[in-house]
Amino acid sequence: MEFFFQILINGLSIGFLYALTALGFVMIFKSSSVLNFAHGGLMAIGAFLFLVLSVWARLPIWLAFILTLAGSFSLGFIIERFFLRPLIGEALIEVIMLTLGLFIMFRGLLLFIFGGDIYSYPDFLPPALTFHWGPIEVAGVYVATFIIGLIFLGLFGFFFKYSSQGIYMRSVADNQPAAMALGVHVRRVFALSWAIAALVCAMSGIVLGIINGINVHEVSDLGIKVFPVVILGGLDSIGGAILGGIIIGLLETFTGGYISSGLREVVPYIVLIIILLIKPYGLFGLVEIERV
Amino acid sequence: MRNLQLHPCGNFRETYRQELTIFETDFGRLATLVGLILLFAFVPFVSSAYILYIINTIGIFAIAAIGLNLLIGYTGQISLGHGAFFGVGAYSAAILATKVGVPFVIAVPAGGVITALVGMVFGIPSVRLKHLYLCIATLAGQIILDYVFVQWESLTGGAAGISIPTASLFGLDLGSDRIFFFVIFVCFAVMTWMAVNLIRTRYGRAFIAIRDNDQAAEGMGIPIFLYKLLSFAISSFYAGFAGALYAYYMMSITPEPFSLWLSIEYIAMIIIGGLGSIPGAVFGTVFIVVLNEVLSIATEFLMNVGVTGMGITIAPLREFTYGLAIVLFIIFEPKGLAEVWRIVRSSFRLWPFSY
Repeated sequence: MEFFFQILINGLSIGFLYALTALGFVMIFKSSSVLNFAHGGLMAIGAFLFLVLSVWARLPIWLAFILTLAGSFSLGFIIERFFLRPLIGEALIEVIMLTLGLFIMFRGLLLFIFGGDIYSYPDFLPPALTFHWGPIEVAGVYVATFIIGLIFLGLFGFFFKYSSQGIYMRSVADNQPAAMALGVHVRRVFALSWAIAALVCAMSGIVLGIINGINVHEVSDLGIKVFPVVILGGLDSIGGAILGGIIIGLLETFTGGYISSGLREVVPYIVLIIILLIKPYGLFGLVEIERV
Repeated sequence: MRNLQLHPCGNFRETYRQELTIFETDFGRLATLVGLILLFAFVPFVSSAYILYIINTIGIFAIAAIGLNLLIGYTGQISLGHGAFFGVGAYSAAILATKVGVPFVIAVPAGGVITALVGMVFGIPSVRLKHLYLCIATLAGQIILDYVFVQWESLTGGAAGISIPTASLFGLDLGSDRIFFFVIFVCFAVMTWMAVNLIRTRYGRAFIAIRDNDQAAEGMGIPIFLYKLLSFAISSFYAGFAGALYAYYMMSITPEPFSLWLSIEYIAMIIIGGLGSIPGAVFGTVFIVVLNEVLSIATEFLMNVGVTGMGITIAPLREFTYGLAIVLFIIFEPKGLAEVWRIVRSSFRLWPFSY
């Protein structure tokens, strides 16, 4: 039973990490319908920027954190301006390939600078965060992940629901020409959504780094893992991303704990195929009906 | 030679037959013939062992790239699983050769056929899925197949892989690179010829119709699901065939090369070469393979020149260059090298009165 609970807790925390990762992905898809393969690359850049600022430049943690977020935010702007904007209106494969190309570029660059080693952040979480419940112990990092995740979810919920930029974003996602006709600055919305997505990526990269230490390969692989999560939840649903992340996380840890550790890596993709076959728009995705 | 004429200045086609011709003038036909003769009678005898190895690799990868271009460039179905299909071909040929003892002549096409069947299985999601959903489904296929290569140890030998006996064709030993060159390039020529002609048939036209507008295609009476499956099957056949040749050429295979990376490399080949162009797929393959070699030579050179320690860290720059090439091509020349080639050619042709 203890084993079961430990796995449950692990699954939930990994799931939450996935959910956080998927959030940035859904952001971009929701506002510009771009499938972002560079997601893992953006996460890795955020995580390593934080490493450089906090460990190499010895800045205080809070300052490093804020600078990382600011840096990623501007990186998102730059990517949108220089790479995505020339492709507005081009075929889907070109946009997909472009993000794949960016991903390879980022990964190569990071590997060039940092190599394939594992780095870890200084231990800055207060030990009081560790949570005990009977024989079960939840490490402080997981609690911190949970808290950070909740804060961000709340912020995004409010942002999309009430802020004018959030409403613009939703309108562009819903019907681009109509939004344009009503005076929404569509290009600015795209730029902003990339910037915010890069910021969220950096966030999740940092959280991953706190949990496992950072390694270029590992962080960038997580960018691929995001696909089962978003497909399960529905590509354009933030709630779906959260739920999908948690389900996939639980599924992974339970398969790893009870069946075989090799299967653990593949289970999300098997689920992905099944979901695509029976319910392609996921749990909460918007169903686009198209009849011939 | 019937009428050895140059390109007319303008479009004077009057029949569908003229529209469908492969060689617009007899010069093209002549050039192809001369090129083939040079390729078979000249290239294998003057190239050094290393150059020959590169050329053979290009030949093998080009077959698979042509297959992928039939799927992505002509049918418009994005597949991120081509590397795994290549691997399926390699493994089926290897398993047939070692466990069943099938000769080379049968093992290679059989590898293609098995891969075509596997490809059809992964093509089934295309009934309901379009564009990015299909792309994700094939991505999952890639990862699942990769897992199968590593984990099904009784069949695939796990991470250690399989070593394959030397190929022999009707009693002729194909062990050397030079003889294998002929095998690869005869296959390459035949496969290219088939692909070019496939596009001119009703099947090829149906593929293009599906790419351009699948609803209109369905409205015109094309059973799109069947044709999509067919396209997946043909494309995977090409990949599997090339994979089987690769297995025989390399003499031993491990799961390592058939990763997602290889799939990305294939897509890079056809994007850089030009989507929807058979010569484009070949150009792209040459570009990527040569780029790979140049980058690894550069790495080696920097190591030898005495920049100690740099050798280890410069290898990732290969990835970076790769990504950069893809990004630059997409932004500045989305139609790829085939378009560059066309522009260069027509500027020569129209000289000095270009318009």
